[in-house]
Amino acid sequence: MKTVVGALLNYRGAWQAMAPAMSQPPHHRPPVHPVLYLKPANTWSADGRPVVLPPDVPEVEVGAALGVVIGRAAARVRRADALGHVAGYRIVNDVTVPHATVLRPPLKQKCRDGFCPMGAVVPAARVPDPDALSIRAFVNGTLRRQASTRELIRDVATLIADITEFMTLDAGDVLLVGVPEDPPRARAGDRMAIEIDGLGRLENPLEAGEDAS
Amino acid sequence: MRTGRVGHGGALHAATPTPDGRVRLADGRVLDETEVLWLPPFEPRTIFALALNYGDHAAELAAKSSAEQAGFLQARPSEPIVFLKAANTLIGHRGLTRRPADAEFMHYECELAVVIGREGRRIPRARAIDHVGGYTVANDYAIRNFLEPYYRPNLRVKSRDGCTALGPWLVPRDEVPDPSALHLSTRVGGRLVQEGNTREMIHDVGALIEYLSAFMTLAPGDVILTGTPKGSVDVRPGEEVACEVQGVGRLLNRLVTDWPVAPPG
Repeated sequence: MKTVVGALLNYRGAWQAMAPAMSQPPHHRPPVHPVLYLKPANTWSADGRPVVLPPDVPEVEVGAALGVVIGRAAARVRRADALGHVAGYRIVNDVTVPHATVLRPPLKQKCRDGFCPMGAVVPAARVPDPDALSIRAFVNGTLRRQASTRELIRDVATLIADITEFMTLDAGDVLLVGVPEDPPRARAGDRMAIEIDGLGRLENPLEAGEDAS
Repeated sequence: MRTGRVGHGGALHAATPTPDGRVRLADGRVLDETEVLWLPPFEPRTIFALALNYGDHAAELAAKSSAEQAGFLQARPSEPIVFLKAANTLIGHRGLTRRPADAEFMHYECELAVVIGREGRRIPRARAIDHVGGYTVANDYAIRNFLEPYYRPNLRVKSRDGCTALGPWLVPRDEVPDPSALHLSTRVGGRLVQEGNTREMIHDVGALIEYLSAFMTLAPGDVILTGTPKGSVDVRPGEEVACEVQGVGRLLNRLVTDWPVAPPG
């Protein structure tokens, strides 16, 4: 795994929430291509590992994302061929500092140490339809958000085709298809959990970090 | 010692330069630099890059842009504008870069690349250089008509396959006594098109390491492309672009025309 790339505004509800701002400065118009961001190596983490909140971050969004795991190099692939490049799927918590503006790349919002816990990879053969998976986000055991990948604007195959038009994804790379709008928020001491049909559960506690001083 | 990674004779090799500018493989063979396939001189972990880190570059782009775009470029940010690139975008010295058929304005960006050598978090500016392992030259291509103002500069502009060249060599820190006094230049087909000096950076190397490490752990192999000065000219297939950073190296690249995608076999 070298690359974890995520798509913003790929749930219909997330797009609609942003739509009024899309026609205003500084955006002026809606995005034509997928809005993408990277979760770099310092963010990668695993099931059960604590997510440490930096002192300047009082709360985070629980980013319930379906992660598509690439199985063989995908470059300029057609939509019809796209799912043939998928090895499997995994639950990913795209932990995010809430931010209203999406003008500049979200390093401080999405790239903190440990902000990308990823669950076990489930082979694609055991996931018959990645575009019809129910997703549930929990805080301290309480169900706080429910969504489905049926609500994606670009489905898994379309997203792979649109991204690999300019960006090769290699075996092991992970593509996050999006986070549903209104993600639940959590604070230090809370337990975050995400479930996706057929993929199991990803659970991580949030801990308070030490002050820089 | 300067180090590189090259392909030759069906294998990858660690390489070093000879005093007369040739390439010495670890097994003792000496070759001309055109006889090897150049990879980026190290395997990067996280690739950071700076937008608008030279004041004259922002002004130049604004002058060439629509009013809407100009306002965007001239709004001087209070903190560095940093974006990330993925591994797919990297190529080595003497690499080929595809100009997409629908590119209208595609330009090189000659940059000093700073490679982290030692892990650190909350690194004060005064100690930042202790965490630098070395330097190399970067050519960070951009296609301006692909810009969209969402997480800008967007990945479709800045993380394209083959659009970030690094090399030829990884130059150890001690061979670059002052990274804030290096002349940069770019030539296209031998013609000088871009010139600047790293002393003109808005946020210098130490400030960038301090800024990033304040909220992310920096680790060996992380690399920071520190931005480019003015001198952006549209480049076309067939043209050779040479980016040079004083004392660090001269990085060659050639633009190639778009190709039709053959159906999978």
